[in-house]
Amino acid sequence: MPKLTIDGIEIEVEPGTSVLQACEQLGIEIPRFCYHERLSVPANCRMCLVEMERAPKPVASCAMPCADNMVIKTDTELVHKARKGVMEFLLINHPLDCPICDQGGECDLQDQAMSYGFDRGRYGENKRAVTEKYMGPLIKTFMTRCIHCTRCIRFGNEIAGVPMLGAVSRGEHMEITTFVEQAIASELSGNLVDVCPVGALTSKPYAYTARPWELRKTETIDVMDAVGSNIRVDTRGPEVMRVLPRLNEDVNEEWIGDKTRYHHDGLKRQRLDRPYLRVNGKLQPASWADAFAAIAARVKGLPGERIAAIAGDLVDVESMLALKDLMTALGSANIDCRQDGAMFDTSSRAGYLFNSTIAGIEQADAILLIGTNPRWEAPIVNARIRKRYLMGGLKVAVIGEQRDLTYPTTYLGAGTDTLSQLIDGNHSFAEVLRGAKKPMLILGAGALARPDGLAIQAAARALAESFGMVRDGWNGFNVLHRAAARVGGLDIGFVPGAGGRSVAGILDGAASGAVEVVYLLGADELDTDRLGNAFVIYQGHHGDRGAHRADVILPGAAYTEKNATYVNTEGRPQIARLATFPLGEAREDWKILRALSERLGHTLPYDSVSQLRARMVAVNPVFGKLGTVTPAAWGGFGTAGALDGAAFATPITNYYMTDPISRASETMARCTETFVRGASAAAEERTGTHG
Amino acid sequence: MLRDEDRIFTNLYGFQDFRLEAAQRRGDWDGTKALIEKGKDWIINEVKESGLRGRGGAGFSTGMKWSFMPKNVTDKPVYLVVNADEGEPGTCKDRDILRHDPHKLIEGCLIAGFAIGASACYIYIRGEFYNEGSAVQVAIDEAYAAGLLGKNACGTGYDYDIYIHRGAGAYICGEETALIESIEGKKGQPRNKPPFPAQAGLYSCPTTVNNVESIAVVPTILRRGAGWFGGLGRPKNTGTKLFCISGHVNRPCNVEEEMGIPLKELIERHAGGVRGGWDNLLAIIPGGSSVPVLPKSICDTVLMDFDSLREVRSGLGTAAVIVMDKSTDIVKAIARLSRFYAHESCGQCTPCREGTGWLSRVMQRMVRGNARVEEIDMLLEVTRQIEGHTICALGDAAAWPVQGLIRHFRPEMERRILDYRNSAHQMAAE
Amino acid sequence: MSATVAAPAGEPAAFAFSDENQELAKRIIAKYPAGRQASAVMPLLDLAQRQNGGWLTQPIMDHIAAMLAMPPIRVYEVATFYTMYNHHPIGKHHIQVCTTTPCWLRGSDDVVAVCKRKLGIDLGETTPDGQFTLGEVECSGACVNAPVVQIGDDYYEDVGPEQMERIIDAFKRGETPPAGSQTGRQTSCPEGGPTTLKAFCTPQGADAQADD
Repeated sequence: MPKLTIDGIEIEVEPGTSVLQACEQLGIEIPRFCYHERLSVPANCRMCLVEMERAPKPVASCAMPCADNMVIKTDTELVHKARKGVMEFLLINHPLDCPICDQGGECDLQDQAMSYGFDRGRYGENKRAVTEKYMGPLIKTFMTRCIHCTRCIRFGNEIAGVPMLGAVSRGEHMEITTFVEQAIASELSGNLVDVCPVGALTSKPYAYTARPWELRKTETIDVMDAVGSNIRVDTRGPEVMRVLPRLNEDVNEEWIGDKTRYHHDGLKRQRLDRPYLRVNGKLQPASWADAFAAIAARVKGLPGERIAAIAGDLVDVESMLALKDLMTALGSANIDCRQDGAMFDTSSRAGYLFNSTIAGIEQADAILLIGTNPRWEAPIVNARIRKRYLMGGLKVAVIGEQRDLTYPTTYLGAGTDTLSQLIDGNHSFAEVLRGAKKPMLILGAGALARPDGLAIQAAARALAESFGMVRDGWNGFNVLHRAAARVGGLDIGFVPGAGGRSVAGILDGAASGAVEVVYLLGADELDTDRLGNAFVIYQGHHGDRGAHRADVILPGAAYTEKNATYVNTEGRPQIARLATFPLGEAREDWKILRALSERLGHTLPYDSVSQLRARMVAVNPVFGKLGTVTPAAWGGFGTAGALDGAAFATPITNYYMTDPISRASETMARCTETFVRGASAAAEERTGTHG
Repeated sequence: MLRDEDRIFTNLYGFQDFRLEAAQRRGDWDGTKALIEKGKDWIINEVKESGLRGRGGAGFSTGMKWSFMPKNVTDKPVYLVVNADEGEPGTCKDRDILRHDPHKLIEGCLIAGFAIGASACYIYIRGEFYNEGSAVQVAIDEAYAAGLLGKNACGTGYDYDIYIHRGAGAYICGEETALIESIEGKKGQPRNKPPFPAQAGLYSCPTTVNNVESIAVVPTILRRGAGWFGGLGRPKNTGTKLFCISGHVNRPCNVEEEMGIPLKELIERHAGGVRGGWDNLLAIIPGGSSVPVLPKSICDTVLMDFDSLREVRSGLGTAAVIVMDKSTDIVKAIARLSRFYAHESCGQCTPCREGTGWLSRVMQRMVRGNARVEEIDMLLEVTRQIEGHTICALGDAAAWPVQGLIRHFRPEMERRILDYRNSAHQMAAE
Repeated sequence: MSATVAAPAGEPAAFAFSDENQELAKRIIAKYPAGRQASAVMPLLDLAQRQNGGWLTQPIMDHIAAMLAMPPIRVYEVATFYTMYNHHPIGKHHIQVCTTTPCWLRGSDDVVAVCKRKLGIDLGETTPDGQFTLGEVECSGACVNAPVVQIGDDYYEDVGPEQMERIIDAFKRGETPPAGSQTGRQTSCPEGGPTTLKAFCTPQGADAQADD
């Protein structure tokens, strides 16, 4: 442990700590542009220079490892002069366009120029102008502002694993570019906007729409996948202007996927802002009272087994529990939150969680991916696997679709035969798993959404057990969910009760007439044609598939419009916060159910969200520990059985559009054009024909 | 003056053949096996004792550099890299070794490589030296054929390979870590130090990078003894040195001379004197473009070695003497160097990327006098903002020529500014 | 060059090494340790440029990227960093005049002027017949033989304006004038004969003069 002196204060640090990090530990602020704690250290901006005793010149503190007896000074004339000099150099070719720059107000260069800049420029020569680069529908470039810190290049190479950015030419002509005018084909590309310390890379959809100081910032949780990325939603009035990541080392570190960042314009389109009733086959605006009356008329007196409820992918725990309690009161056990039809045993919590935790991926030394494409299903999880890969010594194997996951993988096979071979130990990768200290498997949600799901879950459990993936202090059995609502739904038991129908059963029942009323709580990923003649109540926020089929529409709140609990794939309950109010006559979802229950004569026993949350804790104590993962005990789950020979397929065909909000988003539509439909669309956008 | 029998580069001008047979007649590859068999420690010690300082410009003790290499590395390869990316304006000495005496270099590579425990050597030759590189390749092939290189090189039981890596036009690759990056197939952008190449150099393996001349003199030093080499020149500035004399002299040339020879003697004895006589001398850049220019008054007496030139706030650098007579537009001469550094900046770190261009632009204006007198001070400040703040020494190299100009020729710069202003006023009046 | 490449007219769509160069490329890659094949990017770019008449195209760079398992952008970075890679077609004779201070002191301005006048083009341009491209380079590293003009792989040294005229005329006639000093002196030796090592000034051995 090296011991050194910084500004007269002695400090002992972990070996490998840089002088800059040691300064931070002491609360001494060191200005920097190129240094980013999650990226490699090029020490090229030279802003972090400090004085080191016995060194002939100032040293770059970001790249200087601490050593015994070092004496560092950060507050001397020499240091200030050096930094002022660097600042002046950074500014001579930087445009004075802060008033029209989207980075203005939250720009590292602007901020540090306040401390180290001169009040006027001495550079009287012509400034450099750099042509803009096309980087796709999400990143707007203004390359004259670039200060060549290369953070973006390193982010692409290291974090995203998509080495598309580079610095071509040299000297003052050096330019950051993709060289051939390509869109940045990474699900994490939006993070480039965050890592860029200046306004060179900015958000295209957000361009010129708001200034940071006009925005109200709400710290909340993302629902675009089951990761539960911690985000900040910035709003102006009733409008979500942008979504930014929030630091959570255990979940998303400081990254978010592009869908998380850019789906929010979908919150403005296709919205349900008032109740509707189907009259003579057509949906007509209605009052809450009329809508409730229509439901009451249809439900009253109906035996419970003729009523069913399905919860969708973006639904919060509070409303699911309220709906479950209402259904129970109505005598129905026909409830299911697995609208994709996933078959799996929920009797043991460990059987449906990502038990290793996302941060735990960093400890694994062998990973087996079964029927999952984490790059699309959870880009943040994929980034964590890549991070682990970069640390060295990780082996990853794939059973399922063969895709570029941004790290090398060994392809084992497409389907269940490979899984069986592996369990029998008749596969070369069995050796790897046997030799691994912390092996893990990741079972995709898609792998369970098939008729032999229960058997696959059992096979995965057998695999985990036979290769010692579950041991003291380590649980390598992981299910990677896609839906933000899913684990919460399972945790409160939003699954068929005794004799109740699953999603498939409900649809069968609706088609045959055995089920007469179906309550869709934000459920849109269904084949609504199979709902037959059932009376369909749709409660949700978007006019998507479910609403189109509905007989009554109850306008709910999107995740940005309510205070609500979500549980991520690890089993981590987190609270989403209201950033804007529900639109028009729409209401928070649990309140709708509470009001409806009263109208139906089965008043739910909670009047406030705190009472409801107390009920949640009573149902499952994990809800008492917000923000943390309660480790799940290992238990028997799954039902051994015959495995279907069919290949595993990822349930996602388009990362950018997976739910009612992202389907309504124009930005996501543009991404779909560019990244999914191909390069021809990109070429058109480049030439400006799409404006 | 150095006696001919003390000259190492006996085929400097290529009057004789460069190939193996002729080289051996000149004494190369004589008893190489015996030298190697004396062991690593003996070789390193002998080179240390000789006082040999790196001939690439920085002047660091070559023997010391070798002794920094980790001993007994078994888990990864160790490399010797030879810096033949000669491009410092004024300098063209390594070129003569490459094309006329390549066997001296190759023999040196073998011995130096053995001393540091290297398994292979890459010679990085600037891309423009196409024919020179080809000559070295011929010599390497000959050496392999004669059993001097490869498996059991020279019959010593030591396996050693030498490869040529050609550059493609980048002065910065003369910086040792940029050169390593370039061999690795990247842009030639210098690395931060630490780690130094001795810990993590080429392919992250322990590496020593030496200049061509530093390596090529080693076999002769070992054969004739450290005492011989150390006895030439002055203490801490020993041995012989290749000088390149260019610019306004009657007979520009390369020549091997004793370290510490008076600058005036060097020029008058070998280069036919300054054009128009010594009194027609304006200034001299004594060690390649990166070192500050010296006015005639200093040139009259200064000695050509590391410490003497440092004392007069310049440097020996690559010992490339650029002579400028009184007809020279000294501001333009230095402005041209500023343009050179702006062109050759790799662009990686801020002070160099932005500062070299700034210097160059202001210097262009200074040539015409289209500036304010205060801008001379600003120019000086800008050089100080670059100097010592960059990843590599190119920043310093860009700063020093301008600093030298201002130090010694400020009145000339001021005069131009006034003239320019006066003529502008006149034009306005007319 | 522009960082955002617009392919010059006539850029071919694909590239492959000739059989002979493919062999050579293999030998070049073998000079570097296993897994370090990216080291071969510079020599392969040079080889490809020579095969392609002196300039690089995007298909060439992509081809080499694939050969060496490098992301294409890494190849573009290298190809735009080093000045000897050309990104536009160049003439049959690539005349590169060194104009850095040592050459400038000896009159490189006049040499450039002669080139411009005789070829009717400016720096960076190519004659309409595609015969000559004129360029200015930074220090060629032959400063005691200034002014230096590199034409193709050869150095023409001690080049005054008259010599430059003669050289261009010779190329125009389809000849290749002898490289090296244009004033007839022996390489970097002082004009009129050496001041040192006179005993070594006679060629010895069977092959007299080294081919510079």
